Amino acid sequence: MNEREPVTKPSVSQIGASAPSGATEATSASSINPALLLENVSCWYGGFRAVREVSLAIPRNKVTALIGPSGCGKSTLLRSINRMNDLVPGFRLEGEIAFEGTSVHSRATDVIDLRRRVGMVFQKPNPFPKSIFENVAFGLRLLGETTGIDALVEESLRAAALWDEVKDKLDQPGLSLSGGQQQRLCIARAIAIRPEVILMDEPCSALDPKSTLQIEELMRKLIRDYTIVIVTHNMQQAARASDYTVFLTMGDDRAGYVVEQGETGKIFTAPQQQLTADYVSGRFG
Amino acid sequence: MAGVSTAHRPDSAATTRRGEALIEFLLRASAAIGIITTVGIVTVLLVEAIFFFAEVSPVDFFTGTRWSASILPYAFGVIPLITSTLMIAFIALVLAVPLGVLAAVWMSEFASQRVRSIIKPVLEILAGIPTIVYGFFAITVITPLLKATILPDLGTFSALSAGIVVGILVLPLVASLTEDALRAVPRGLREGSYALGATRWETVRRVLLPAALSGIAAAVILAMSRAVGETMAVVLAAGTNPQLTLNPTESVQTMTAFIVQISLGDTPTESIQFKALFAVGATLFAITFTLNLISAWLVARYRNVYE
Amino acid sequence: MSTQTTTRRKVANALFGLLAFLAIFASLVTLVALLFDVVVRGGSSVDLQFFTSAPSRIPAKAGILPALVGTLWVTTLVAIMTFPIGVAAAIYLEEYAGRGRWSRLLRINISNLAGVPSIVYGIFGLALFVRLLGLGRTVFAAALTLSLLILPVVIISSMEAIRAVPPSQREAAYALGATRWQMVRRALLPAAAPGILTGIVLAVGRAVGETAPLILIGAVTFVTFVPVNPFEDKYTVLPIQIFNWAGRPQAAFQEISAAAILVLLVLMFLLNLVAVILRARLSRTIQW
Ligand SMILES: Nc1ncnc2c1ncn2[C@@H]1O[C@H](COP(=O)(O)OP(=O)(O)OP(=O)(O)O)[C@@H](O)[C@H]1O
Ligand SMILES: [Mg+2]
Repeated sequence: MNEREPVTKPSVSQIGASAPSGATEATSASSINPALLLENVSCWYGGFRAVREVSLAIPRNKVTALIGPSGCGKSTLLRSINRMNDLVPGFRLEGEIAFEGTSVHSRATDVIDLRRRVGMVFQKPNPFPKSIFENVAFGLRLLGETTGIDALVEESLRAAALWDEVKDKLDQPGLSLSGGQQQRLCIARAIAIRPEVILMDEPCSALDPKSTLQIEELMRKLIRDYTIVIVTHNMQQAARASDYTVFLTMGDDRAGYVVEQGETGKIFTAPQQQLTADYVSGRFG
Repeated sequence: MAGVSTAHRPDSAATTRRGEALIEFLLRASAAIGIITTVGIVTVLLVEAIFFFAEVSPVDFFTGTRWSASILPYAFGVIPLITSTLMIAFIALVLAVPLGVLAAVWMSEFASQRVRSIIKPVLEILAGIPTIVYGFFAITVITPLLKATILPDLGTFSALSAGIVVGILVLPLVASLTEDALRAVPRGLREGSYALGATRWETVRRVLLPAALSGIAAAVILAMSRAVGETMAVVLAAGTNPQLTLNPTESVQTMTAFIVQISLGDTPTESIQFKALFAVGATLFAITFTLNLISAWLVARYRNVYE
Repeated sequence: MSTQTTTRRKVANALFGLLAFLAIFASLVTLVALLFDVVVRGGSSVDLQFFTSAPSRIPAKAGILPALVGTLWVTTLVAIMTFPIGVAAAIYLEEYAGRGRWSRLLRINISNLAGVPSIVYGIFGLALFVRLLGLGRTVFAAALTLSLLILPVVIISSMEAIRAVPPSQREAAYALGATRWQMVRRALLPAAAPGILTGIVLAVGRAVGETAPLILIGAVTFVTFVPVNPFEDKYTVLPIQIFNWAGRPQAAFQEISAAAILVLLVLMFLLNLVAVILRARLSRTIQW
C-alpha cells in the first residue's frame, strides 16, 4: 500500500486505496484511462494536514463532483490539480497527481502550461474590470494570440451559453453583468484558451436557482469537449449534473479523506458507507 | 482538444522565462533604490562630517555652548542649535498634541459622518500646504498678532512664533495618526464601557486613550521628528541668530536654519563653515532617524496587540 | 449614584465635547485665516504682468515667469522619473519580494525614508548630484533630488493601491496561465491604476511646494531669464521666489510674495483636482 505505482501505468486497484474496502469496487471501467489520477495525495498548510492520502481517478469527458462537509479539503484538493496552491506560502503536497500521464508537481512541469491546459472557475465570479470582450480574450492575449480573436471570443461565449445575452454589448464592462452572467463569462474566459480540464469550485454558490440550472445544463454540454471537476455543497446539483461523485470528510485530526467514490447514481441511491448515506440524505454535514 | 490547445501556443517557455527574469531584476533594482538612498545619505553625511571633525574636535562640537559660524572668533558648539531646535519643537508639541488628540477623538467618537467629511479634508488641506506658506503666515499674521495682543515687545523673529506655526503645521499629522490609533481599538472595548453606563468622555479617558496610548505616543514622536526637521517655516519665523537661550521670545537659529543660512550665502565649499553644514546635517539626520524608528516601533506594538 | 455626581459627570462630558469641538474649530479658523491673509495681501498683485515678467528690484514690476517655468520643468521631470521607478518598486515589494527578512528591511527602510527631513535630501543631492556627478546647479539636479524625496511617498501609495486589488483578480489571471509578470501587467496594474495615479499626482504636488532642498541644490533667488535647457541653465522655482520676497522687510515685497503663494496654492489645488478627477474617471469601471 505504501509502494507507489509508476504514474504512467494507472491501476484501478489503487483508486480509493485509503477508503475502507467496499468503496473501491464502485469505480467503474470508464476510469481505466482517466484524465487525472491522484495517488496518495496529502496536502499540508505549514504543519496542518488538510488532506490525507487521497487517491482518485478523474474520468475523461465526464463531470466529477467532489462533495463533503465544509473544511474537508475539497478546495485544497481542487487547487492542487492546477497548482494554484503554489501561491499559498507554506503549502506542501505529498503523493502524486498525474495529468495525462505526466506528474503535475514535478520540477520539470511547466506550471504556466499546466494552468493553460487545466482551467479554473471560482466560487465567486471574478471577471476583470475590463469589457466583456477583453475578459474572454484575456487568456488568448496572454498566449500572444493576435489573429482570430474575434471568432474565438464568439465561439467561447456561445459555448458558455452567454452569446445571445451579450452579443450587442461586448464593449461593456464585464462587471456590469448579473452574477449568473458573470459566472458564465468566467466559464467563457476559461474555455477560450481550450483547456482540457475545467475545475469549478462551488461555481453556483453565489447564484440564484435559475442561473444555477443554466450552469448545470452548460456543464452537461461542455463535457463533450472537456473533463470537468466540480466542488459543490448542493446535493441536488451533484445528483443532477455529475457522472461521478467523490465524498470526502474530515477525520479527528481535521484532515480530509475520501470516504467513498463511484458513479453518482450509486452514491446517492445505494451508498456503501453509513457516513455517505447520512451525508447525501442531509443527516450530517 | 489537446491538439487545439497546443496549436495556438506560440510562446516558447524559454524566452518567456528569460523575459520574466529580466523584469524581476529591473523591479528588484527599483526597490533597491530605497536602500541605496539610505546608504548614500548616511555615507555622504558621515564622510563630509569626518572632514569637519578633522578640524573641530567632536567633543567641542557636541558639548560646546557657543555657535558662531559667521562672526570671528568662530565657534562650533552645536548645543545652541540643538536647544533652539528642541525649544521650537517643544512649543509646537505643546500646541499640537492636545489639539490634535482632541480633534482625533472628536472625529472618531463624536462627529457625525457628515461633519467628518468636512473636517477630514480641512486637515488634509492643512497638511498639504507647503511649509514656506506657513512661514509667511508666521511673519505676516502670527508675530504681528502676538505683538498686538500679549507681547508688545516681541521682535520680528522669535522662537515662540516659529513654535506656534510649526505646531499648526504638525497638528494634522498628530490628528490623523491618533485617529488611526483610536480606530485600531476594538469595538468590544468601547461597547463594554458604554454598557457599564459610562459617558463618552469617561469612555474616552478610561478606555480609549489608555488603549491607544502607544499609537498616540508614536504620533507625538513622529510629530516631534517633523518639527525638528522643519526648515522653511522656522527660517522665516525664528531667524538666524544662534544663541543659547530658553527664552521663547528671542530670535534663535535651529539646525535647519543654519544649513539654509550657509547654503544661501557664497560660502566657499572648502571653508570650515561649509563642512559644518554636513556635521549639523548628520546630527539632524541622526536625531530624526532615531525618532522615526521609535515611532515605527510603537506603531508595530499597537498593531501587534490588536491585529 | 447621587444626582450630584451624575451632574458632574454630565458636565465633564459636555465640557470635553466642547473642547474637542474647539480644537477642530481652531484648525478650521487657521486655514481660513491663512487663506484670507494670502488673498487679501496678494490678490491685487496677481495680474497678467505678474505672470509674464521676471523678478525685479522694483516690486511693482516684478513677476514670476522664470520661477513658474522652473517649477513646471522640475515638476515634469520629477513626475517622469518617479512614476516608473516608484511603481516598479511597489510591484516588487507587493508581488515579488515575499515576506522574508530582506523584504521587511526594504519596507521599513522605505517608511523611514519618508520621515527623513527634506533638507537632508537637499544635502545629499548637493553632495551627489551637484558635486560628485557634476550636474551643477541645474533643473536636472533639482529634479533628481526631489525625485528621491518623493519616491518613498510614491512607493507607499502605490503599494496601497496594489494591495487593494482583491486576491481573486490575481487568481483569475494565474488560473488562465498567466506568468507572474503577465498577471501584473494585464490584471493587477489596470485594476490598481486609479489609486497609483492619484498617489503619484499627490506626491508630485508635494514636490511643487518643496523649498528647503532646492536652496541647497542652488535654485538661485534672482533669475531674470526663462530656463530652457534643464541640464545647463540656472533656474529658480516658485517656493524659492516666495522665500526670497517674504524675507524682505518692505511691505510691497510681502504683497508680491503673497501673490506668488496664491499662484502656488492654485497650482497645487489644480493638481489635487486632477487627482480627484483621475480617480473618479478611472475607477468608474472598477467596482469590486
Ligand atoms: N491558505 C490556507 N492556509 C492555511 N490553512 C488553510 C488554507 N486554506 C485552507 N486551509 C485549511 O484547510 C482545510 C481545508 O480547507 P478547504 O478550503 O480546502 O475546505 P473546503 O472543503 O473547500 O471547505 P468549504 O466547503 O468550506 O469551501 C480547512 O481546515 C482550512 O482551514
Ligand atoms: Mg472550498
